[in-house]
Amino acid sequence: MFLSMNWIRDFVNLDGVDLEDLIHKFTLGTAEVEGFEYVGHQVQHVVVGQILSVQEHPNSKKLHVLSVDGGDRTYQVVCGAPNVAEGLKVPFAKPGGMAGGMSIEARTLAGVLSEGMCCSEKELGISDHHEGLMELPQETPVGTDMKELYEIDDLIFEVDNKSLTNRPDLWGHYGIAREIAALAHRPLKPYPQVDLSVYDALPEVPITVQDTQLVYRYSAMAVENINVTQSPKNMQIRLYRCGMRGINLLADLTNYLMLELGQPMHAFDYQRVSQIEVGHYEQPFTFETLDGKERTIQPETLMIKSKDKPVAVAGIMGGLESEITDDTHSFLLESANFDAVSVRKSSAALGLRTDASMRYEKTLDPEMTVPAIARYLQLLQEIDPGVTVISRLSDCYVKQYPVRSITFDKAYVDRITGIDISEQRIERTLLDLGFTVSHEGKDFVVTVPSWRATKDVSMKADLIEEITRIYGYDNFELKTANLAVRPQAYSPEHQLQSQIKTLLAYRFGAHEVHTYIWNDGKKLAELGLKNEGCLHLVNSVSPDIETIRMEMMPSLLCTAAKNKGYAAQYTIFEIGSVVPGLKEDGLADEQRHLGVLLWGPRQEEEQLLMKAKSMAEALGVLLRGSHFTYQNAAKAQPWQHPYNAFEISAEGRKLGSLAVVHPSVCAKVDKKATAIALELNLEAMCALQRKLPNFEEPSRFPSVVNDVSFMVDEATSYALFERVIQAHPCDVLASYELVSVYRDPQWQGKKSVTIRFVFCSAERTLESEEVAAAVNLYMDAMKEIGAEVTGA
Amino acid sequence: MKEQIEKVKQQFQSEIAQVSSMDALEAMRVAYLGKKGSVTELLKGLKSLSVDEKKEMGRYINELKAHVSEHIAERGAQLKTELEEARLKADKRYDISLPCQETMGTLHPITIVQRELEAIFSSMGFAVEDFSEVVTEYNNFEAVNIPKHHPARDMQDTYYLDNGQVLKTHTSAAQNAILRKYGAPCRAIFPGRCFRNEALDASHETTFFQMEGMMVDENISISNLIYFMETMLSEVFKKEITVRLRPGFFPFVEPGFELDIQCPFCGGKGCATCKHGGWIELCPCGMIHPRVLEMGGVDPERYTGFAFGLGLTRLAMMQFGIHDIRMLNSGNLKALDQFVMM
Repeated sequence: MFLSMNWIRDFVNLDGVDLEDLIHKFTLGTAEVEGFEYVGHQVQHVVVGQILSVQEHPNSKKLHVLSVDGGDRTYQVVCGAPNVAEGLKVPFAKPGGMAGGMSIEARTLAGVLSEGMCCSEKELGISDHHEGLMELPQETPVGTDMKELYEIDDLIFEVDNKSLTNRPDLWGHYGIAREIAALAHRPLKPYPQVDLSVYDALPEVPITVQDTQLVYRYSAMAVENINVTQSPKNMQIRLYRCGMRGINLLADLTNYLMLELGQPMHAFDYQRVSQIEVGHYEQPFTFETLDGKERTIQPETLMIKSKDKPVAVAGIMGGLESEITDDTHSFLLESANFDAVSVRKSSAALGLRTDASMRYEKTLDPEMTVPAIARYLQLLQEIDPGVTVISRLSDCYVKQYPVRSITFDKAYVDRITGIDISEQRIERTLLDLGFTVSHEGKDFVVTVPSWRATKDVSMKADLIEEITRIYGYDNFELKTANLAVRPQAYSPEHQLQSQIKTLLAYRFGAHEVHTYIWNDGKKLAELGLKNEGCLHLVNSVSPDIETIRMEMMPSLLCTAAKNKGYAAQYTIFEIGSVVPGLKEDGLADEQRHLGVLLWGPRQEEEQLLMKAKSMAEALGVLLRGSHFTYQNAAKAQPWQHPYNAFEISAEGRKLGSLAVVHPSVCAKVDKKATAIALELNLEAMCALQRKLPNFEEPSRFPSVVNDVSFMVDEATSYALFERVIQAHPCDVLASYELVSVYRDPQWQGKKSVTIRFVFCSAERTLESEEVAAAVNLYMDAMKEIGAEVTGA
Repeated sequence: MKEQIEKVKQQFQSEIAQVSSMDALEAMRVAYLGKKGSVTELLKGLKSLSVDEKKEMGRYINELKAHVSEHIAERGAQLKTELEEARLKADKRYDISLPCQETMGTLHPITIVQRELEAIFSSMGFAVEDFSEVVTEYNNFEAVNIPKHHPARDMQDTYYLDNGQVLKTHTSAAQNAILRKYGAPCRAIFPGRCFRNEALDASHETTFFQMEGMMVDENISISNLIYFMETMLSEVFKKEITVRLRPGFFPFVEPGFELDIQCPFCGGKGCATCKHGGWIELCPCGMIHPRVLEMGGVDPERYTGFAFGLGLTRLAMMQFGIHDIRMLNSGNLKALDQFVMM
């Protein structure tokens, strides 16, 4: 929003105040000023000139040679404007002056000396009008500096609209002036207006409010005998500098009031609109708004009607049919207050956001409607003294905000601020901002002014903001908090996640990636996979992203597909949210999962699978002291290899899965590649109790190592060997491990498994007979699984 | 006899000089001092001499024996050193400039920055918490004082789900749960992923990270808030940071502030990072709204607190000079594998 310092100075005397410092204070105390500009600096030594004569230019058809009276002498000026005429008074920039962003000097134009420039409005920076010279009234004295006649000089500053969303009172110059006055410690002038009670004897404008929920207040007055159609130049300049366009006097005045007080207004042609109803229509219909566009109005949209004909979209825009034209002689002035949410929704539904709707959305103060009318009439009567008011103030005040009063004491302010702000300073700040303050014992009792009471200020915490922002946060003394020493709380889940990331990246060389919480439907289709999920976005902008993922792996497979050609072998991982189902209450059963995907050449599939298992083992043993167990999955996922998919569990709890990715999925990316997928549910893993290593004093006696090779069927898993060993406990067996699995094509369905048995006693050196007996025990026992000893 | 002794000595001295291996030296030892060695043979020859001669010759022979032993030992030590040196000279010389094959894994840049922040806050006694991404409307809105019909709830900003829940639009959605979990007093940060329904471009993502923090205790004040923000941000940027507060409106704080830092890259003179303004708007913060405390089960008359939000994604982009936000969720390893650091 653009603001004019001249306009603000109508309401607060800023003589002697450093304006740039004031703007800085405004940023720190009220709302962010995004920038400011001294306009008019580029206009110097421009006076009222009178064209005494117009002659053809000897060398140009477009140019004329003028003789211009500049007050001090007569100047010869070459001019290209089409509207040059003898006797015309125009702005004249003398040599040595500035206009149109240029320095003006005497120079030769197409061979003729030109001593200065006659200017358009654009060249004076007061409008975009550049079709011809600005024509000044005939009574204007020649030689007068243009800056004495018009507000050419101003300081325009722009406030970030976003920082005003919660301040309905700051959407006009008067509200801003109130803040500036408080920041500069200068008094604010009362808002100028005429006394409307003198018209009380006149008839009412009939107003019927059909929807008493969405209409807070509707005020109106009717006026006739309009003679002036153009608004005064200075008013046009202010509107222009604040980003609006002059239209005609009555419309300009509504805009002027909106920019001055923040109250949107509308003027209807009284010939078409002489009574008002505010309500809805039951069926959608088409309505032509002021901007000449046909719009479909929905039943929810609040409309202004007259004799049941739609005449305006409430709070947003008037209708074209009842618009003010130069022929309008009488008009009905609307000054109303509508429900903020309703205006916002209608504005969104219509795709039409106007200066009016933007303000209504902020929850304006309904107390403003009448002062706005009183000020409008004051300005109108000044500009067009012949007007006649033909109605009394008609005011339908449907919903009124309660007057709010808030009680607090200085101790409360001290506690929240942490500094000492004096009682006098607290009181003065609140008074400056329009609050009333009284005292009850040690308490302040504060009444909130209507313009702050619609939503902004309702409790004592809100008053702290008022007191401190005007005090200035830069003036705060900084202090650390006085806190008791206590152990820092921590979240085991978060710690586990962090440890896993460290292990995978720095121990296993994996790369952490981030993927979206939703499935990438398009990419999954490319991989031949279905886009499945139990939870969907209802308002996604793309149909490809609407299903929330149920597991990590589809996301990682899509990521691998995107990294085609990156490297022959790599590992990626992510810890992310998945929603595999809904809970009984319908809420998402969101789980945090770790997904790891190992990508590599097909011929190294087994090594990759073992590497993935070693990752799982490292996580289990290092982080929880648990060895995981692995079993063939009862049912493989569509993206998993049907036979090489395994379920991971610990302590009887399912933790996740380890699987070779289905070759047809990998083949979509690279026919020679394979991938191994590891997925763990971190909540389940976190629930495992963290076990300490089972420490035993190491034996002082030597251990004896025995490697035994067994020939078994290919299908015999290593787990069977382990089961046999565990079923035959032996005091002197210290440990055992797999040495190798060897296959020879000639063995036909058999493999050789070599296991190393380590024997040791804590009390003595073992006798060789003892060791031999123990080895025999296991060699015999392995017959249970059909293992034949081939070497020992 | 004397000549014989002298002859053996002469021979030994000429041979010992020639010996070039440990084996030859051992052979020499045997040839002189062994059971049938020449020195041993000389001693055997003493038998046939007279007592006086025995005495005299015996002394000569023993001197010779000592001489031989000494020199063999000395030569042995010498040889050992020579052989060792020769072996080392013959050893392979390595080219240390060869690249090693170890692939470094990487953490995501967000994780790296997040960890730095977590370490700073942990050192100041803040718990590090985690929160879900699918949340109830209550937690995302009501519990942080965003009423129904607030513009923030509009469909264009929030991803709504078909079970009535939403994807959390801000980390503040965790405030209620954290307050309920810890009660007062409480000091916690909660980094997390947030979602906004908007079109992707170089500076807008649907999915981004924030980090929220809260401190609740008796008598926590605005003065404390500014102190902690300044201290924390100085740690983050590893230099003294000047902050300034402006009024800012966020429904879950009152008063609420926009916190700007004086641009740490140009010192406030104006540069591309601060868009030539000298200040960077970094961190919305404020005193926790009494209603938010109350809904979190904390008595707002007894306790006060502050809360702040940091744009983790934005900080990571600033720290690493990432200009296109889309890289972060791209999964593009050519980009991500560059973040090799702990």
